[in-house]
Amino acid sequence: MRWPDTLPRAVTTPTAEQPVDAPVVIEVRDLHKSFRVPEHRVDSLMERLARPLTRADYRTLDTLRGISFDVRQGEFFGIVGRNGSGKSSLLKILASIYRADGGRVRVAGRMAPFIELGVGFNPELTGRQNIELNGVLMGLTRRETLARTDAVLDFAELRGFDELKLKNYSSGMLVRLAFAVMVQAEADIMLVDEVLAVGDAAFARRCMDVFRERRASGTTIVLVTHDMATVQQLCHRAMLLEEGEIRQIGDPAEVALAYNSLQFAQEVPGAGPGGERIVAVNHAHLVRAQLRGQGGQEIRTVPVGQPIRLDAVFQAVAELSAGGMRVQIRPESGLPIGVFDLEVPHRVGAGERLSVQGSIANPLAPGHYVLDCFIRADRGADTWAMQHFRLLDFEVTGAPGDSMLRLEHDLSLLRDEKSAR
Amino acid sequence: MSAEPVRREPPGPLTDVPGPSMLGGGRRRALELLWIIAVTDFKKTYFGTALGYLWALAKPLLLFGVLLLVFTQIFRIGSDVPDYPVLLLFNIVLFGFFQEATNAAVGSVVAQEAVVRKTQFPRLVIPLSVILTTLFTLGLNLTVVFVFVLAWGVTPTWTWLLFPVLLGLLVALTTGISLLLSALYPRLRDLGIIWSVLATVLFYGTPVLYPLEIVPQGLRDVIALNPLTPLFTLARRWIIDPSSPTLGDLGMGGWRLAVAAAIGVGVCALGLWVFRREASRIAEQL
Repeated sequence: MRWPDTLPRAVTTPTAEQPVDAPVVIEVRDLHKSFRVPEHRVDSLMERLARPLTRADYRTLDTLRGISFDVRQGEFFGIVGRNGSGKSSLLKILASIYRADGGRVRVAGRMAPFIELGVGFNPELTGRQNIELNGVLMGLTRRETLARTDAVLDFAELRGFDELKLKNYSSGMLVRLAFAVMVQAEADIMLVDEVLAVGDAAFARRCMDVFRERRASGTTIVLVTHDMATVQQLCHRAMLLEEGEIRQIGDPAEVALAYNSLQFAQEVPGAGPGGERIVAVNHAHLVRAQLRGQGGQEIRTVPVGQPIRLDAVFQAVAELSAGGMRVQIRPESGLPIGVFDLEVPHRVGAGERLSVQGSIANPLAPGHYVLDCFIRADRGADTWAMQHFRLLDFEVTGAPGDSMLRLEHDLSLLRDEKSAR
Repeated sequence: MSAEPVRREPPGPLTDVPGPSMLGGGRRRALELLWIIAVTDFKKTYFGTALGYLWALAKPLLLFGVLLLVFTQIFRIGSDVPDYPVLLLFNIVLFGFFQEATNAAVGSVVAQEAVVRKTQFPRLVIPLSVILTTLFTLGLNLTVVFVFVLAWGVTPTWTWLLFPVLLGLLVALTTGISLLLSALYPRLRDLGIIWSVLATVLFYGTPVLYPLEIVPQGLRDVIALNPLTPLFTLARRWIIDPSSPTLGDLGMGGWRLAVAAAIGVGVCALGLWVFRREASRIAEQL
């Protein structure tokens, strides 16, 4: 069976309990925002004086067209949408950076916007001075900031560099400091815009860990992102914006699917082996995905060397025929380590269940891994109907080794008898 | 997902988001930011380089040296004016504050684009911090000037105590113009050039290099319209030379100071009004 060279990086996992009865902390009603884009920009006094009677021609760009939604306390709320869908403008209105043209936005509690890491950093100042400046910028008092400086330095792992000017920091150090400052600003509501897009994989994971922790401690988080994996792993609810309107709101898996349909509905030349189109579809729901220990109990970590026993159950939404499933193990970023292609047996009708059982040999070094799965169906010669699930995140535990994989071998070291003197 | 107990303090009541504004995030925060930014900028400028503060002083002193040569050796106006060197130095330092603060403030909001577009930064703090930093420099410079003045042999009089009034008016005028310029600059980008030319015209249209009494009557009436004129005339009389002409002697009358004060306050109010109006949209225009 053939598979595309690059699979779409969209995923689906069941999301957790949602704070249904919690009080509303962000209330948006009929929000409108438009920008006037000058056809011919008059931005000098001389031009204005030279042609006092010409009115500049403007094109009005309706960025947000009557948006209403609520976010409840403790919710992790995702905002997704394609470029230009209005999601960043919405966040900036929430953060009091832009003024709304119409409608009403009300919030309860202290809000900390993180639109970009390191805004307001001054390269001429030392790390310590920048922490102070940025803390106040984020709404802490000077005293609070000073009290937190050491904690920020510890979190950023930059102790000993605090008296160094920021211009002498490496970009990695800069990102770490910026994130640490941001995290230390205790807020009831965090507004986050694609902060995760910077930094390396380790940093991105660190960010996710922090978000998980904040989520668990009941902080309300609004996240604007393009990464459906994040949406489905962390969000209680999500919202899809398209052309300034709410296209879909609610279950993150559904929203991610709708987003992927929008994205993949366009031609993706070369996505399949023969340049086929990939269409995101909703073949199935994930009923459960678990790892099992030797005794059949559910586990979240696998000891080094122990086989990975997978138990996943799907329920078909539409008939699955002439399709297949691919299960893969991969690190958080990078190529898959193992790929397993499975045939869908016979024909699975809508409403029927399909389960993946069995074990995978485990030569993995200790670390964090992701189990993905794709379900595909053929839809004619040049279309791939594809659904992507992020089944599980798990840790392989044990003493850190020197290699990525522990491959079996029978190499041995021998002394050549003939050469003996 | 984790089933840990979740901290749930009841949130406060829902309140409207304030939207971007001059003092976004509250007055206290704005004041703290103003202070931190002005102080760090000041330190950065003067303590970051090897010769530090000497550089700040070098500029007015060099200008002073050149002008002193020109007006005492070439044009000879200065030779007839009592205490001309200290008067010139004093005037240059005072006008330097006005010129530097306004010129730096014009583009300040645009220069801080990232902060304006990505945080709820109190917009007013940006031009104000520029003025405050320049004010710190003025403080240092004035200290040096007063040492000069005393060394020159000027006797302190009780009128020295009135100097803060003049300084307050100068700061008010500077602030008003700075707010006006910095708020309009994102939309009218040639204001920077226009203002630097205007400021130079003002430099010659204010009795900085010359005392007002040597100006012909017709031109003097024009110069008297400049609100800075009574400030500099009075500063000279109150600090350097109590025998120099009063405003009345120069045909202006004491009410000119009141007019200057009114203009100072008026420009400040206008600047604030324009800035407040622009502040909510300024992030979109950058």
